[in-house]
This record gives sequence, C-alpha cells and structure tokens, in this order.
Amino acid sequence: MAKDTKDKSTAPRIETFADHAVITPHNTLKHAIRSTGSGRGASDGDDPVARAESALAGLSGEFKSWMHAECDRLAAAHAAVRAKGFTTLTRGELFRAAHDIKGDAPTFGFPAAGVAADSLCRLIEHAPDLDAVPAGLIQLHIDAVQAIVREHNTIETAGVADELCARLRAVADDYLAEANKDRPEHLDALAVPSIAPTN
Amino acid sequence: MFRVDFNKLRFLICDDNPHMRRILRTLLHSFGAREVYESEDGATALEMYSHYVPDIVIADWAMPIFDGLELTQMIRQPDSKGNPYAHIIMLTAHSEKRRVTMARDAGVTEFLAKPISAKGLYQRIMSVVAHPRPFIKTRNYFGPDRRRNTTVAYIGPERRNGGEAEVLQQPSLLDKARVGS
Repeated sequence: MAKDTKDKSTAPRIETFADHAVITPHNTLKHAIRSTGSGRGASDGDDPVARAESALAGLSGEFKSWMHAECDRLAAAHAAVRAKGFTTLTRGELFRAAHDIKGDAPTFGFPAAGVAADSLCRLIEHAPDLDAVPAGLIQLHIDAVQAIVREHNTIETAGVADELCARLRAVADDYLAEANKDRPEHLDALAVPSIAPTN
Repeated sequence: MFRVDFNKLRFLICDDNPHMRRILRTLLHSFGAREVYESEDGATALEMYSHYVPDIVIADWAMPIFDGLELTQMIRQPDSKGNPYAHIIMLTAHSEKRRVTMARDAGVTEFLAKPISAKGLYQRIMSVVAHPRPFIKTRNYFGPDRRRNTTVAYIGPERRNGGEAEVLQQPSLLDKARVGS
C-alpha cells in the first residue's frame, strides 16, 4: 500500500539563503528507532549482523552454481560481441557481466575471478576503440575467469590464479597505457587505486 | 544505545543480477525487514518507487535501460509529485574515487562498494536512519547535504553564500567506502 507523502504536517522545513536552500524533510524513519537503554550492558542481546552472516552462510551452498551461471553469462555476452561486433548493446552486456563478476565473485568464494573480471572491465571502460583491442586479449580474460571457476579447487589454492590474474592485469594495463597515451584523464583514472574493501 | 526496527522500514532493491537480489533480500530479512520489493532494472524501479514509496532504496549502478545513477537523478527531482527525499544506498562494484564523487553529486545518501558484507550494509542503513541529513538545493544540485565537516577555511568554487547551516560531523562517502565495513 502506498503511503501518503502529501500530508501538510509532514511538509519539509525550508530555509532559503542567497544561493541555496536547506531543506529538512520530515523524518519518516524516526518511528523505526527504539532505545535499548543507556550505560554499560545496554544491549538487548540481539545481533542482527551475526544473524545476517549466518543466513548468508546458509546460502553459500548455492554460490558455486551461481558463479558458474555468471561465467555462462559472460561467455554468452562475449559470443554476442564476436557475432555482432561491439555495439551499444553487446558492449553494455559484456561490461555488466564482467562487472557483476567483479563485485560478486569474492562473496561467492572466487576472489581471483573477480580480479580477472576487474581487468576486463578496465579494458572495456578505458580502451579508446574496443574494435582495436586485440581479440586475443579479451578472450584471455574470458578464459581466465572460466578457468579460475572451473578449476577452483586446484589452481586457486596453489596460487596459480593469483599469478594468472597479475599477468593478465599487467598485459591489459600495458595495452591501456599505450592506447591512452594521448588521453591523460584515462591514464589518471587507471592509476588511481581501488577503494573497494579488501575483506 | 538504540536499535532500528527493520520491520517498520520499507525497502526497494534495484539490481539486475538475481543472485545479488537474493543476497540482499536474505540480509534484509535477517535484519528483520518484512517489506522488501525488488526490481531488475532502473525503469521498473522507478515505477515501483512511485507505487510503494520505499523508505530506503538500495540500487546497483550498472543496469540495463537506465542505471542506478540515472535512477538516483530521477528520484532527486525537487519538484516531482513523488518523494524526492528517500534514502538511496548505492551498492556497486565500481570502486574508483571518481565514481564515489559522481554518485554523491547525483544525490545518493550512502555508497557501499562490493563485495557486500552484512556489517557494511547494516552500518549504511543505521547511518541513514539514525543520522538523516538535510537536503540542499542549489542551482545545479539537489540531494543530501554533501558537507561532512565544519571548516570555515574552505574557499572552493562551490562555497555556499548567505548563511551557514548546521553540519553533521561524519566521515565522507569516500572514507566510508574505503573502510568498507
């Protein structure tokens, strides 16, 4: 059921200044805050984060199949690129497939696949002309993600996956550095370290 | 000490990836949320936003049709008939400083870089519920107050004129994103 947001008693407070206005909306979430007392021991013993982590652990049995599904999606997106070339649609789908793996793979227990996918994202985002990127370089990224997922138990533990990702990233970065030598804004963006947490 | 009663909050998840939607739904339900709506693209999310009027939107950035950044800009229309003030948490695999800045300038309330964690999500929700920020409307910005400190020495190009508003002392979105959880 939709809420009524037009109640006059809930109108925002507006203070107008020379070149801006400060608007204080009615706090609609105040009703969701409840005190558990004060001082030491002021806890109701509930730990929602622990409960959520436990629930997430309960899902973990599905992570492997999810990771394979993500790999299949990446391969299908790449097949579409090979068949139709880089169009707005095929580029977008390949980027989103790689980008999802970059974000999800660490959660699913495949952190190295996320690193390889990140390198592919950088290629797609920063190459000045995707049609000029050597097809083998993109194929290597797809193959790396698939191999890391397929051979997870053998190569991830042996450190092979990390070495593979480091080499892939080095080759991709060398290409991007050369291709963007006249585009300093991209070189700057490529050089900035990730702010992603390393947990 | 305080707690947030998640069962009194209404969430809208917007993510094109079904696996991430499942994870988010699981986390929110574990926190105690009951009303969790889901959409798989920005256009559907905007329709659901108008219909369900969620308290908190958790949006992915990279999505088909229109993305999480565009969704944020569409919600943050000060003269719209809908609610432009909902809290928006951008949950994304984008992990570059300039992306955090872009998201902030589009009007997101919080930024959470993947990989997702229960603690990180919980803290972002606690932050928006317990410390709501005023909104600022300027010639080219409408969204939560982007100021995070009270320095009077700031003389940058976007210095506000004509009065000082109270500033909530909080770490910047970028600092929070770096810490993650």
